[in-house]
Amino acid sequence: MSHRLDGKGRLIDRSKQLRFTFNGKSMTGYEGDTLASALLGAGQSVMGRSFKYHRPRGVVAAGVEEPNALMNLGRGGRFEPNQRATTTPLFDGLTATSQNHWPSLDFDVGAVNDMAARFLPAGFYYKTFMFPRFAWKHVFEPFIRKSAGLGQSPTEPDADRYEHAYHHTDVLVIGGGVAGLTAARAAGAGGAKVMVLEQTAHWGGRAPVDGGEIDGTDPETWVNSAVEGLENAQNVTLRPNCMGAGVYDHGYVLGYERVAETTPGDGRPRHRLWRIRAKQIVTATGAIERPLSFPGNDVPGVMLASAVRDYVVNWGVAPGKRTVIVTNNDDAYLTALALKAAKLEVPAIIDVRPTLMGPLAEKARKAGIRLMSGKALVGVKGKKGVTAVMVSDLEGKASPEAIDCDCVAMSGGWSPVVHLWSHCGGKLTWDDHEAIFKPDPTRPPLGADGQAFVATAGNASGAMGLAEALADGHEVGRQAAKAAGGTLTRKAAPKAAETERQPIKQVWIMPTSAGPDKRMKMWLDYQNDVKGSDVQLAAQEGYQSVEHAKRYTTLGMATDQGKLSNINGLAVLSDALGQPIPQTGTTTFRPPYTPISMGAIAGEARGPLFQPIRRTPMHALHETAGAVWEPVGHWRRPFCFARTGESDHEAVNREIVNTRENVGMLDASTLGKILVTGPDAGKFLDMLYTNMMSTLPVGKCRYGLMCSENGFLSDDGVVARIDEQTWLCHTTTGGADRIHGHMEDWLQCEWWDWKVYTANLTEQYAQVAVAGPKARKVLEALGGMDVSKEAMPFMTWHDGTLADIPARVFRISFTGELSYEIAVPANRGAELWEKVREAGAEHGIQPYGTEAMHIMRAEKGFIMIGDETDGTVIPQDLGLHWAISKKKEDYLGKRAQERSFMASPDRWQLVGLQTLDGSVIPDGAYAVGEGRNANGQRNTIGRVTSTYYSPTIRKGIAMGLIHEGPQRMGEVVDFATLDGTGTVIKAKIVDTCFYDKEGAKADV
Amino acid sequence: MSKAVSALNGATVTGFARVTDTGCRGMITLRGAPEVLTRVATAIGLPTPDTLHMATKEGLAVGWMSPDELLVLCPYEDAPALAETARGAAGKDHALVAVVSDARAVIRVEGEKADEVLRKLTPANLDAFEPGMIRRTRLAQAAGAFWKPDANGFEVMCFRSEAEYVFGLLENAAQKGAELGL
Repeated sequence: MSHRLDGKGRLIDRSKQLRFTFNGKSMTGYEGDTLASALLGAGQSVMGRSFKYHRPRGVVAAGVEEPNALMNLGRGGRFEPNQRATTTPLFDGLTATSQNHWPSLDFDVGAVNDMAARFLPAGFYYKTFMFPRFAWKHVFEPFIRKSAGLGQSPTEPDADRYEHAYHHTDVLVIGGGVAGLTAARAAGAGGAKVMVLEQTAHWGGRAPVDGGEIDGTDPETWVNSAVEGLENAQNVTLRPNCMGAGVYDHGYVLGYERVAETTPGDGRPRHRLWRIRAKQIVTATGAIERPLSFPGNDVPGVMLASAVRDYVVNWGVAPGKRTVIVTNNDDAYLTALALKAAKLEVPAIIDVRPTLMGPLAEKARKAGIRLMSGKALVGVKGKKGVTAVMVSDLEGKASPEAIDCDCVAMSGGWSPVVHLWSHCGGKLTWDDHEAIFKPDPTRPPLGADGQAFVATAGNASGAMGLAEALADGHEVGRQAAKAAGGTLTRKAAPKAAETERQPIKQVWIMPTSAGPDKRMKMWLDYQNDVKGSDVQLAAQEGYQSVEHAKRYTTLGMATDQGKLSNINGLAVLSDALGQPIPQTGTTTFRPPYTPISMGAIAGEARGPLFQPIRRTPMHALHETAGAVWEPVGHWRRPFCFARTGESDHEAVNREIVNTRENVGMLDASTLGKILVTGPDAGKFLDMLYTNMMSTLPVGKCRYGLMCSENGFLSDDGVVARIDEQTWLCHTTTGGADRIHGHMEDWLQCEWWDWKVYTANLTEQYAQVAVAGPKARKVLEALGGMDVSKEAMPFMTWHDGTLADIPARVFRISFTGELSYEIAVPANRGAELWEKVREAGAEHGIQPYGTEAMHIMRAEKGFIMIGDETDGTVIPQDLGLHWAISKKKEDYLGKRAQERSFMASPDRWQLVGLQTLDGSVIPDGAYAVGEGRNANGQRNTIGRVTSTYYSPTIRKGIAMGLIHEGPQRMGEVVDFATLDGTGTVIKAKIVDTCFYDKEGAKADV
Repeated sequence: MSKAVSALNGATVTGFARVTDTGCRGMITLRGAPEVLTRVATAIGLPTPDTLHMATKEGLAVGWMSPDELLVLCPYEDAPALAETARGAAGKDHALVAVVSDARAVIRVEGEKADEVLRKLTPANLDAFEPGMIRRTRLAQAAGAFWKPDANGFEVMCFRSEAEYVFGLLENAAQKGAELGL
């Protein structure tokens, strides 16, 4: 039984007791505890149920590699699933619940899966649930979703806030163990600007637990002085609680800082995502111990040997009273000695190696521990906790001896953490002596200059001893400083010494002759419940590639991404395939190193800061006026101004009728306004627009179309000639930035020798459209400019002062009414809006929104980019031949429009549509013709592009693209309804213009 | 008399740094060949700034925007007249002179740790940034620029329509307790 030890624990403060709950049960721990150490200290060793078989599971590790102890943390807006208890710092008031159990952790219905394990092998889902096809959606998936899955999804919005931070550095050291600190010191001494990230709250990594001697002192003392030195160095930044999550091209690194996890609600950001640019990256990410694969290796109480001593030394917690050690290397002996030092029982060390002669074995013998050489652990007794282990010879042939114990500390050797080295393509090499995949320094990740930009240091390099690790860290740090523009320090590496180690013996499963029954109980991947038998089955079924075997068995696909299972799994696969391990290779290491919160990724981008909302100068006035908003690009535009008791539809109709009968006003500020000037500006615009702009006289306006080089209609708007060399091009609201970019693209990349400059002046002006029969009266009331028909005819513009505001007034119309658009400096836009409203009051002026604008233009048969166009429509489809110059030699899109398909008479053509019963055709409806296509669907002969109820003619009107449409005037076509009833709406093909075809109303 | 109102209408908040709307600012975009830009800058009374730099004198400044673009900063009321001066200096040479005062908002971020507010929002390297420089960049999802008019603060420029968003970003980043502690 796990329990707290008296007077031990280098990381905890026993004077500060913290209360927390686990599955509703109140428990206590100490400041400095992790949730895992506190649970163990409180005697709670079962921490969850496994994913597939719902087996009871205890904590295996003490760090980020933990596969089992995943918790739901917090409540409500602070609920977060799948949090590793081993990396969750304890705080007062923490609430945790275990996952994947129902109804309770002690008794779980899903454990029946365990008894049926024989029938749930790898690939089971693929094989079983494929047929009958409908059953997946209706039977299997709902059932599996209910019984599977780890944590639950949060149901409330995240109550905390998050942020990003950017940082630039010469050298980034990831990992604050002794190798990382050494590298940072060497890089700093070389004059480089250095940042060090450490994922835990503590510096020094494993060294203070594992012992040895650095520069004549114990590792902890050395670490403290090294950190102090780095803190005092001006050019070094230390960042604890910040994990290097991913390494990306161009020296880009994401750091995941846990800022305020232990103080929820204190107002600080919970997590901060560091977006770092480093010239050189040193990954000093250490190593992770591997489990051993023996039957029953997932029973709670079976743990990594290093984790067992971590709990004892760091947190003063004993995972058990009697711990059996099982190992294939010397490292586990440190655990045996640490347990002995804590006055705990160690009945035996089971070592696969035939002879145990090294100094660590000697120490263990002297401590009175029974060493069992050449032996294997062949079974574990107990279900919710270890009660005994069975020991036999390596092959498992001898009759087993039972040893009573309540904890098993296993060590299968150590694997360097090569993840961050590998993220950008660093290659690995197999070191058979150490039995590790380690970085191959001759095949590093390469930067834009073809040079290495990542190097590894210490254990991460495969330098597994303390002395080698520090020497490596020092040298890598020196070289990183040099590569980043600093110098090679002449300071010497720290000198280290530790007890000599004996070589590891590669044993990947025990007993080595285990048959299927034993392999079925050997867990490789705890979190995804993948066993030795599953990997073997995958190999038998022909999955030779490690990547395929991974996906078939789900080995390494859980939230821990196979940190413990990877090497063991591919060793078992190699064995099954009868090939050496390096030939099998590894799966791909991808960021993030461990899961990072969604909040950290989003940063500040939530709530009001989710996206930039663009506001016109009159936005606040519209809001006060009760505008119903519509997003147009990032802009918010009033859809309509609904009055109390009025539906949006009623408001739109009122706005239209009032504009047609009296006068309306529209905030047109969002329209794109691009200034184009220069000696070649006319030539340039003639290329951009389908019609002639160079011939437009100064003071006049002309409507124009812009196409892409593929001929498709891209944007439209009114162009005003400002002076001899200058034009002002209006674009659609959504097109302003795009068209400005389009212009610059052609000017910078193709016609770089043309003398043309452009400037996007969209935001410089607030623009108000005043439209309706009484529009002139409103402008006259504003005063200051002659707006008569004689002084300012249709399609002209004038500069002047209107209502004491400097203004440019355009006589253009999108409604078909007498209409002016008044542009003033944006900072005076709100003032203009108010003045227009006041001046128009006696003429019945009302603001109208985008929907009224859309309907009025549709009544006039004016096209709308995005309605009548969708990227596949050319101007000729829309009957806009009048706006396409025949005289011009060229314009963008001309060549494409001459291609046979574009010139085909079979292209659907724009027509007006009037329903016979006056109803409104559904948006997006298709016109259906005779017969059916190969899929049995009715043939289509056209589609609706705009469809509205017109309050002006009191009927449903629409525009649509119809096959041979213009030749079929007066014919009735059927539009399929969208309700699936197969009914149709009959509409007559008519002219696109429903209102004032002569244009008399606009030209008064 | 101008009744111009800036997008943020004088808003101000204080966190670990103070974020304040600086009101209406005169701005002129100049585009032209280097020699034309030099002539125009001289006519305005300032030297041509180096790449990524800003030349300043008594309420006037000329900032580097791109190899063929400068930005003149001046009092709001002076922009139209100054633009006329610029047009005159450019003469018949190919150039673009446009008043853009109303298209922008300028927000001051002030305080000992003002840089930390920006460090959360811009990928630009603040450690390589000194007074006298100007940086076009982005602030989270919005285009922007910033410069350091004095030792105690930055001025952040963005589009007028995005002023509320950018002010919100700065306010959020400057919340007390969220100092980066670099």
